[in-house]
Amino acid sequence: MTRILSFTRLWALLVKETIQMRRDRVTFAMMIGIPLVQLMLFGFAINTDPKELPAALVAPTQDRFTRAMVSALELTGYYRFIAPDATAAEAEEMIARGDVVFVVTVPSDFGRRAERGDAPSILIEADATDPSVASGAISTLGTVASEALQREAGGAQSDGQALSVVVHKRYNPEGITQYNIVPGLLGVILQLTMVMMTAMALTRETERGTMENLLSMPATPLEIMLGKVVPYLGVGAVQVVVVLVASKAIFDIPMVGHLWVILFGIFVFVLALVILGYLISTVSRTQMQAMQLTFFFFLPSIMLSGFMFPYRGMPGWAQTLGEVFPLTHFLRLIRSVMLKGADAQTVAQSLAALGVFVLILSLAALLRFRRTLD
Amino acid sequence: MTEPAISVHDLTKRFGDRTVVDRVSLSVERGEIAGFLGPNGSGKTTTIRLMCGLLQPDGGTGRVLGHDILTDRGAIKREVGYMTQRFSFYEDLTIEENLNFVAGLYRMTRRREVVRETLQDLGLYSRRGQLAGALSGGWKQRLALAACVMHRPKLLMLDEPTAGVDPKARRDFWDEIHRLAADGLTVLVSTHYMDEAERCHRINYISYGTLVARGTVAEVVRDAGLTTVIVTGERTAEAARRLAGAAGVDQIAPFGNALHVVGRDGAALRASVARVAEETGTRMADAETSLEDVFIQLMGDAQDNMA
Repeated sequence: MTRILSFTRLWALLVKETIQMRRDRVTFAMMIGIPLVQLMLFGFAINTDPKELPAALVAPTQDRFTRAMVSALELTGYYRFIAPDATAAEAEEMIARGDVVFVVTVPSDFGRRAERGDAPSILIEADATDPSVASGAISTLGTVASEALQREAGGAQSDGQALSVVVHKRYNPEGITQYNIVPGLLGVILQLTMVMMTAMALTRETERGTMENLLSMPATPLEIMLGKVVPYLGVGAVQVVVVLVASKAIFDIPMVGHLWVILFGIFVFVLALVILGYLISTVSRTQMQAMQLTFFFFLPSIMLSGFMFPYRGMPGWAQTLGEVFPLTHFLRLIRSVMLKGADAQTVAQSLAALGVFVLILSLAALLRFRRTLD
Repeated sequence: MTEPAISVHDLTKRFGDRTVVDRVSLSVERGEIAGFLGPNGSGKTTTIRLMCGLLQPDGGTGRVLGHDILTDRGAIKREVGYMTQRFSFYEDLTIEENLNFVAGLYRMTRRREVVRETLQDLGLYSRRGQLAGALSGGWKQRLALAACVMHRPKLLMLDEPTAGVDPKARRDFWDEIHRLAADGLTVLVSTHYMDEAERCHRINYISYGTLVARGTVAEVVRDAGLTTVIVTGERTAEAARRLAGAAGVDQIAPFGNALHVVGRDGAALRASVARVAEETGTRMADAETSLEDVFIQLMGDAQDNMA
């Protein structure tokens, strides 16, 4: 007699499934570990109202009015002047590179006009590539600055000398979110496909039993790695063309910088990604494990790289952690070049960081690669 | 003065705390077809992998074609052809694409011609565009062999090449092996088919990681020192029951209506069989000891040693 549901049979199936789940240590560890780690990580790291944003101050005459205003701005918690005495040119480079989010310029006649009660003005330039980052800081700006000024001037003067604050939203004056998201998406899409495809590279050979044959023939580890990785560079190139054309044609994203800087940056990034994927495939035993490791890497890199949430809004430790993801450096690079027109020199730091990833990851992959079946 | 094609000493390999290959020494002369025999899980595959540089031995030394197996893996890989137990070419590539791939990895000159000649020799030229995965077991095996000898290796290692292949294909396969050996190729072939063992020049028998017998088929049979008698008649089944555990009787195996009775102590065996034959009304006759009888005896001995 066959019943639709026999508890003896169901029990046998459950027991078998549980045993298999427990045998696969990596999966088991991930099921337990991932929720915990990610909850702690993202719970503390993500902040949509970023504070302590780095700013540069351009103030040729540092008088008491200027100092009062600066300390008032810092007291709001939104600004942190990492370059309190920059020249206009230095400040321009810092905002282009993404080192600072604001440049506060106090004109040299600021103090004089404030004493005369002559409506002084300051200029605040904000990096608006990510429109959400600067909004809080900008909204508090006007009142805070004029109150500070009034206090310093003794509060005796009439309202006639109200401070005028000029705000320039740089790079993305209309605050269009796509400007920030689409170049970032290029990085995220490349990361997902490149890492995942190459992560399967070696495990597929192992699972199908072709690894033994491949190893018995005279191919060196470097040749095998390049042979696995280079075809995906081609796949990546196609993706890049599609995304770049679409971002221009459909989303109308400005491409201010030189195309070759963009392409070179993408090339180094994709190289880092495919080698990372290959490294994953040297450490995982099955394709399933390779997939899991890829996702384990993927989620934090999206959360902490500044793609989804403002990088500058994260606490220091999370920013440090974010530095270990190639995506973080790529996002800085691509946004600087595409939206701000940064040249190769300005983004050299990000390029170098990506180059270091390529180097370290290739070395690790070559060392990890097992020449034997041991 | 020619060095043997394979000369390894005290090869040892452990996986965890299990010793899979235990101080195996092996010597294979150039141009010889050496059989490598042993039951399942006896360490044949592991020993072969150790010798072609696919595994790092935990102990022992050795030279394959004059190259050190510990330090000169690259040279060994270039000069040895290794055919794995499981078909390990790319099933999602066509026959021709697989051969092209192999030709490229060995940096062969005149790759295109070599591949075409190989396809023609195989009789697969017209089917060269077919996916390798679509081939039957026998054809896969022939393709694998052709791919392994395409780079003209000096030594061919075959790991149970005829598992799951029909008798006709097996015979063709062995004819091919003998042809290759006649041209000077050294062949080491692992198998557990006795008829195949008899087609080798010399055999080496490994059991539970240790080499227990070696020599020509005749030598191995002689050295085993076994006596075999055949019991025929109506009541052989009853005879078998009565012989079980009798003095001098080590193996009893029915072959059709006849009973093969094998033992190391010839006198005791004959006495026991004569008594049982009388009791059951069966006849006994002396017979040649077969290689299979020897192997089963050796397997039993090795198991006793394990315990």
